[in-house]
Amino acid sequence: MSLWAAILLAAAIAFGTKLAGHLVPAHLLERPRVRRLTGALPIALLAALVATQAFTGPGGAFVLDARAVAVVVAVVALLLRAPFLVVVVLGAATAAVLRALGWA
Amino acid sequence: MTAASWPASRRAIVRQSLSVGVATGAYGISFGALAVAAGLSTWQAMVLSLLMFTGGSQFAFVGIIANGLGAAPAAIAASSMLGIRNGLYALELTHLLGVRGAGRVAAAHLTIDESTAVAVAQGEKRTSRLGFWLTGLTVFVLWNLTTLAGALIGNLIGDPRTYGLDAAACAAFTALLWPRLRSRDAVAIAVVGAVVAVVLSPTMPPGIPVVAAAGACLLAWRSPKEVQR
Repeated sequence: MSLWAAILLAAAIAFGTKLAGHLVPAHLLERPRVRRLTGALPIALLAALVATQAFTGPGGAFVLDARAVAVVVAVVALLLRAPFLVVVVLGAATAAVLRALGWA
Repeated sequence: MTAASWPASRRAIVRQSLSVGVATGAYGISFGALAVAAGLSTWQAMVLSLLMFTGGSQFAFVGIIANGLGAAPAAIAASSMLGIRNGLYALELTHLLGVRGAGRVAAAHLTIDESTAVAVAQGEKRTSRLGFWLTGLTVFVLWNLTTLAGALIGNLIGDPRTYGLDAAACAAFTALLWPRLRSRDAVAIAVVGAVVAVVLSPTMPPGIPVVAAAGACLLAWRSPKEVQR
């Protein structure tokens, strides 16, 4: 397999996966119970995404480092009703400062 | 957000879209530089960002293909597994967006973590649609421009983690999820999803723990409508 073939095949699979979800017939998704499930899907997926990005390191091992502190700071900021940009900047600054100091 | 006026909602969405786009764009530089270091041409790096357009899959693909063409099946498998969650996002987005025909192809292509997170963070369909398209297009343009820049001139900015950009992404996704965590069921779904993904991460290939965590949405099976909008 050439590199180009691998790239195009992988891209086609990625796009096909996205499109498949969009082509599921609406009547299958409009039943109330299914709507509850698909409405909950992004919550479960995005929470899982944040958790793996914030708490796992190489090989998927559980890690507590600057990212975990940044998420805690972000949650505190959200509890204090900070605006979106403030939350994001606080998260970045927390991790950047901790790393610059060599603490995490 | 539901009670906010349209101009106020619009401004909030523009801020969310642009800040998510800028943070993601910075990673495009890393991706472009890494792709070229892995043996891809600038064109090949560009084609990945243009056509695959899902960051986690792209990083996994070039990371594995760097071991040589013999690793191509493993690279394709890894990028495909990391892409599964986009198909699951689409199940909810197709309802929120209400697009038909060719619009579905565009919506499918822009279905990524960032556009989904901004879309589901909004309180009504009109704002969800604006959030999805604006974030998707902003990330698409910046991701492709910065991929090109990274491929051509290398990683000028160094490791994005120095600036805390990985933590910025975590904070942004947390903030976008936040408005959805009003009910006890939603919190339970988020916590179970997060725990399942972290517990499975050491033993499963990348991408699978997050998809497995989708099983947490089964908690919504018996509940009334608190999770849904």
